[in-house]
Amino acid sequence: MDTVTALLLAFISIVLINNLVFTKFLGICPYLGVSGRIDMAFGMGLAVTFVVTLSGTLTWLIDNLILMPMHLEVTRYVCFILVIAGAVQLVEMYVRKFFPSLYKSFGIFLPLITTNCAILGLCLFINLWEIDSLIDAVVRSFGAGIGFTMAICIMAGIRENLNLADVPACLKGAPITLITAGLLTLAFMGFAGMIR
Amino acid sequence: MADEARAGPAVYKETLLAGLWRENPVFRLLLGMCPTLAVTAAVKPALTMGCCVIFVLVCSNVVVSLMRNLLKPHLRILMFTLAISTFVTIADLFLKAFVPRMSETLGPYVPLIIVNCIIICRAEACASKNGLAISIIDAVGMGVGFTLTLCVLAGVRELLSTGKIFEAQVTPDWFVPWAAMSMPVGAFVTLGLLLGLVNVLSKSRS
Repeated sequence: MDTVTALLLAFISIVLINNLVFTKFLGICPYLGVSGRIDMAFGMGLAVTFVVTLSGTLTWLIDNLILMPMHLEVTRYVCFILVIAGAVQLVEMYVRKFFPSLYKSFGIFLPLITTNCAILGLCLFINLWEIDSLIDAVVRSFGAGIGFTMAICIMAGIRENLNLADVPACLKGAPITLITAGLLTLAFMGFAGMIR
Repeated sequence: MADEARAGPAVYKETLLAGLWRENPVFRLLLGMCPTLAVTAAVKPALTMGCCVIFVLVCSNVVVSLMRNLLKPHLRILMFTLAISTFVTIADLFLKAFVPRMSETLGPYVPLIIVNCIIICRAEACASKNGLAISIIDAVGMGVGFTLTLCVLAGVRELLSTGKIFEAQVTPDWFVPWAAMSMPVGAFVTLGLLLGLVNVLSKSRS
């Protein structure tokens, strides 16, 4: 029972308290770029969730089973980025084969998931937090993806309403989006200290 | 190589200045947002981060520019990221060896330079099309532009959140530090307001 509770806490912690977008500033580029419409944002979130779960798990395995026993930690970054690029390529081929319409609407954003800092960032944080069980790594990677999806969907919802608001001319576009994101992080700070 | 022959000092100067203001990576192109927001709680880490980015940007532009005729279109991005991650590993090990405390402060944001869009964008937009000299100058211009932006943002945040700049007290005694400025909210709101300011400035100039 203890392990289940611990995993549940780890999941909640990474979705709400250590949310990658709001507290670690990861994945800001798609967060600002794709959050114009809520359906696109949701699709992007799902794609990122899949890639981040896959690559978080794979990099944990590679790190713990190959790099650390063989003392090849120097090549860690090169290996991580190769795994992520491979995972994205896999997703791209899968989506193109089975969901052609979705593939068309994503356009350039699908290959750009490779350079989404949330994914490499999560792999590095998993390494930094010294997580020692595979299941913990999987749960945290999945939670990070869900957290990202939640953040980008909230933002898309706000931005759809923001289109109707009267914003000063110089703040239109990116500046007001950033300020909104700032206020959102302020709201999410309320969760801080809930666990540990 | 025809471009190379025509490129005089004027082109070099133009390329250098473009990165500093007209095409400033953060204010104008909105690239490299993650490090911009994450390491700007104080000026010192921001400056260190800027130097790392300049180093990686120059090295990767040199390598990409040298191998630009060998690149296959579909493997391009992969080759860029491989070259970049090698140089980032060098920078990371250098920081760990010589300034371990700073390396701890920056944490995973140094390896995250690999996925910093500025570097891939410059490799794609400049170094894979231009000769060595232009690529280096472009990298220096963009890198310095990025570093200056980070320092401005970090200066504002450090001043308001602690009343210090470069860890030296500058504000009078009655100043109450704004703790929120050192938190994520401070980063987002300051950058948003600075972008607004840049918009106002560039509009009044033109």
